[in-house]
Amino acid sequence: MPEALIAAVDELAAEYEKARVDPAFLDEFARLLKDYAGRPSLLTEAPKFGEHAGGARIFLKREDLNHTGSHKINNVLGQALLTKRMGKQRVIAETGAGQHGVATATACALLGLDCVIYMGEVDTERQALNVARMKLLGAEVIPVKTGSRTLKDAINEALRDWVANVDGTHYLLGTAAGPHPFPLLVRDFHRVIGIEAREQILAKAERLPDAVVACVGGGSNAIGIFHGFIDDPSVRLVGVEPGGDGLDSGRHGATLTAGTPGSLHGAMSYVMQDEDGQITEAHSISAGLDYPGVGPEHSHLKDIGRAEYFPVTDAEAMDAFALLARTEGIIPAIESAHALAGAIKLGQSLGSEALLLVNLSGRGDKDMGTAVEWFGFDKTGETS
Amino acid sequence: MSQLAPVFEQARSEGRAALIGYLPAGFPTVSGSKDMLRAMVESGCDIIEVGLPFSDPVMDGPTIQVAAEQALRSGFRVRDLFDVVSSVASAGGRAVVMTYWNPVLRYGVDAFARDLAAAGGLGLITPDLVPDEAADWMAASDAHGLDRIFLVAPSSTEERIDLTASSSRGFLYATSVMGVTGARDVVSSAAPELVRRVREHTSIPVGVGLGVRSGAQAAELAAFADGVIVGSAFVTAAGEGEHAVRALTSELAQGVRSAVTPA
Repeated sequence: MPEALIAAVDELAAEYEKARVDPAFLDEFARLLKDYAGRPSLLTEAPKFGEHAGGARIFLKREDLNHTGSHKINNVLGQALLTKRMGKQRVIAETGAGQHGVATATACALLGLDCVIYMGEVDTERQALNVARMKLLGAEVIPVKTGSRTLKDAINEALRDWVANVDGTHYLLGTAAGPHPFPLLVRDFHRVIGIEAREQILAKAERLPDAVVACVGGGSNAIGIFHGFIDDPSVRLVGVEPGGDGLDSGRHGATLTAGTPGSLHGAMSYVMQDEDGQITEAHSISAGLDYPGVGPEHSHLKDIGRAEYFPVTDAEAMDAFALLARTEGIIPAIESAHALAGAIKLGQSLGSEALLLVNLSGRGDKDMGTAVEWFGFDKTGETS
Repeated sequence: MSQLAPVFEQARSEGRAALIGYLPAGFPTVSGSKDMLRAMVESGCDIIEVGLPFSDPVMDGPTIQVAAEQALRSGFRVRDLFDVVSSVASAGGRAVVMTYWNPVLRYGVDAFARDLAAAGGLGLITPDLVPDEAADWMAASDAHGLDRIFLVAPSSTEERIDLTASSSRGFLYATSVMGVTGARDVVSSAAPELVRRVREHTSIPVGVGLGVRSGAQAAELAAFADGVIVGSAFVTAAGEGEHAVRALTSELAQGVRSAVTPA
């Protein structure tokens, strides 16, 4: 962690220590989650999808139904409120798929904050609609043209902005990574996912799930839902990583499965790196999972054996993406489709008695361009 | 005992600041960087900062980012670093390495320190490692007799300046502005204030960097700093060729000998 940013992260940590026990802050956060984001999000059973997962009973936590279309809104509302508390007027953020950028631009519009979003140039092309949404919401979107021009480089550029403008600027980090206190506060603002889901599944299925399944890029939606079940030892916590073209191809983003311990963006965690410690490019069909690091708490959960992580390939994720659309009428984000593909594998190994909770972290509208290309809709004019 | 202390003592006895010049190893190529660094030694750099190109240089502006990318694209490997350091040392230069922490971590902190010392390197500047997280490096630098140069910034609290100063050996790197590396037209007004604050905590030499590109700016900094650190301007000069590197070194070496009080 650079010394120049220590004062800022210390200030943030101190402010958050006060805010997390301040009823006024917690009430305002809860009010925004309910009246603005639309929480609690639904828990939907997916029986026809479950038939393809060994007949397992599958419930979907519908974070896709939140305002802005993903779980990201939870964290941005919390951090935007913190920004106001610190008396800062400008917010910067990185985004991969654009979900966090859109959510941040939304919270800034709501709370009257200036907003600058850094986005890898490759991702601005993959996610042009989200760029337009951010601009409509009043944010400035800066394409990042350095390095691999994806999420990690957007974070690099946001950190460079932050160090130069730290006095009046909050860096609204979108994932449970980076230096303390970011992993802590991102997790805390997403804990609501797991708290709601635990109550809902107990009400609907009258027992705890055998496994909670979520996709893991940086790991924010996963840590949010995992935390509701972390003290339930019977519940397996399963993180699904982006396997890209497959681990053997070297083109993937499966940091926990195939990475090694290292230091990236102010956190000690698993990272994807070469033998010289150069950070390598992550590859995934999903821009939101394209990160060569991972939140330190996931590294910890892996090391102590509380959570398990495995990859699914682009192809497996896209199959699950289409399957959910056709069987349940729900188009998931490609990120979330990784969790669905993981649930199919898990269900097939556990059988029809299994009860699985899958975090459907976002909706797939933003991914239509990728889907058109992948399934060849533009060529045939009909579904394959 | 610091390996760099004699450099600052000599500069002080001559009534001037030391000139500290940075260039990434492997830029534009490994052998090209050796030539450029030798030119810097011969033309008046008192201390050479050999940069280790890194994939994610979050504290660097565009000039150094592009140079690091070019070095890595040309196939630079960490083992080449020691070769470059050794070449600086045999040219009579005093070399320290400036590196982000992950490559050191990956190499092994003690092994890195051992190989750096064996190559004739004198210390390490660590822009993204703070002393609170540097237990391994403190031990390795002691074991291998290397200096350790940590950074302070205008945002550093008194408590952190104190910690950083007491953890450093050789000199303390004061970043003159809140921001990344890159040549600037005007020397920051925050620099004299930061150096003044640092001196209340320590007698260790203070080098000031970020944004210096001309002899006039070097002269301004030399009025209150023990060392003037120049990076991006050398990278730009190296892109133009050895003659530009020699000319810049001479101008800056003249600057650190012509301390002026800023208007």
